Amino acid sequence: MSSEYKVSSEASFVVRVADLHKRYGSEEVLKGVSFAVRQGEALAIIGPSGTGKSTLLRCINRLTEPDRGRIWLENTEITNAKTDINKIRQQIGFVFQDFNLFAHLTALDNVRLGLTKVKKLSLKEATERAMIELRRVGLAEQAQKYPAQLSGGQQQRVSIARALAMDPKLMLFDEPTSALDPELIGEVLHVMQDLADEGMTMIVVTHEMGFARSVCDEVIFMEKGVIVEQGPPEQIFTQPKQPRTQQFLSKISELYGRTSS
Amino acid sequence: MQRLEKLELIWQSLPLLGEGVLVTMTLTISLLGVGLLLGIPVALGQAYGPRPVRLLMSSYERFFRAMPILVLLIVCFYGLGFWGIYVPAFGTAVVVFGLHSSAYQSQIFRGAIQAIKEGQLLAARALGMSRLQAIRYIVLPQALRLSLPGWSNEYSGVLKDTSFVFAIGVTELTRQGWQIAMRTREIFLVFITVAVIYLILTYLGTWLLERIERRLSVPGLAGQRREEHGRVI
Ligand SMILES: Nc1ncnc2c1ncn2[C@@H]1O[C@H](COP(=O)(O)OP(=O)(O)OP(=O)(O)O)[C@@H](O)[C@H]1O
Ligand SMILES: [Mg+2]
Repeated sequence: MSSEYKVSSEASFVVRVADLHKRYGSEEVLKGVSFAVRQGEALAIIGPSGTGKSTLLRCINRLTEPDRGRIWLENTEITNAKTDINKIRQQIGFVFQDFNLFAHLTALDNVRLGLTKVKKLSLKEATERAMIELRRVGLAEQAQKYPAQLSGGQQQRVSIARALAMDPKLMLFDEPTSALDPELIGEVLHVMQDLADEGMTMIVVTHEMGFARSVCDEVIFMEKGVIVEQGPPEQIFTQPKQPRTQQFLSKISELYGRTSS
Repeated sequence: MQRLEKLELIWQSLPLLGEGVLVTMTLTISLLGVGLLLGIPVALGQAYGPRPVRLLMSSYERFFRAMPILVLLIVCFYGLGFWGIYVPAFGTAVVVFGLHSSAYQSQIFRGAIQAIKEGQLLAARALGMSRLQAIRYIVLPQALRLSLPGWSNEYSGVLKDTSFVFAIGVTELTRQGWQIAMRTREIFLVFITVAVIYLILTYLGTWLLERIERRLSVPGLAGQRREEHGRVI
């Protein structure tokens, strides 16, 4: 296994979020969220629907503009108006719930486009890199297929490859398995687990409690725009301090029956 | 004997009608080109522009869709002439038809843009593409493909409309036919021939566009032809 993303001995913060606020009309969706993620750490964000998890994730690469608060990627302040956000986004991989592959491009071209048009690699270099990433997610054979010719799980793996090809410092996953049939979830989680094992820094919004518990180093439980509780998975899943966390977890296990791995 | 003469008459008219076809097709292709070059920015402005741009583009589109082409032609050609501004008839026709068609083409194109899932744009931006890059590499290639069936319609529509330039003295197919008919007194015969020629031109154009559409088709892209799925119902 490649050690490309090995944790550096001096674990530093890859991303820091301080007092993030976001409002849609009269509804305050994020009410002052703060946390930080260390190099090589995998952070899971769990919480009920409509809590602001997607909004939080999108604020991190400013696909959504936060109203207040600051965010840093390593030493660059993302929220600074002078920061070239396109430069920042190249360094942050984003994986969407419904894949969002480019429908008119093959798997290979989906992965290659950012390399040729954003990173300005030559076609040859881009192809080599794209094939490495497709191989990594187990889809080298499907390189010439169009999104519509791939299963949901395969599409999501292409979208992960597309993000990884940009050589990101941080990967954001917004419920990457929620749109998948149950039998396809495993293949995507497997790829994500490999990534975490290789030391990729990642934030994963998920309802897959088994994944959060066994793969992630830290778990945040969010509700109604605030962080209710944060801690290592063992603590959150076995001895939650907040009654709300406990209620949420027992409801989730009723619904999904998969809180343990 | 008489029948033979008539056939000969048609045969002899063909070179002149051919000249008419050339003018008609030059006009049709030029006006579609002008309409495309203007229609794409109008559609993009309507879909992605800031509010003032959206309003401007919408008024532009409404205005030209509301104007009868013949009125526009007469105003631009004779109206300007009245003020002492002389414009070449063919050039006027290309510009007037082009503006008119751009309004219709922008609507074809806007529909195509709206059929593209917004998430793809988010994904493009998340890779670090600028808005323009996202439009260029994600929106345009898909929207142009999705527009092709609509263009087929637009082509056959404007092809027939080009006969309005009759009014400003451009000798295209219909006017060429008219002149032959006047000279030979064989109105029926000549115009049946003209009608058949229009039919052939329409058929050829739509056939060509369909071929292009097939050649560029991508599996699963919304709006693709039904046959690729086989019969569904
Ligand atoms: N673009 C928007 N405009 C207006 N309201 C929005 C917008 N995006 C999100 N919201 C609202 O913000 C709130 C939080 O949404 P968000 O998608 O961040 O929640 P979530 O925690 O990701 O939920 P889920 O688990 O369902 O994905 C919701 O009430 C939603 O309706
Ligand atoms: Mg969400």
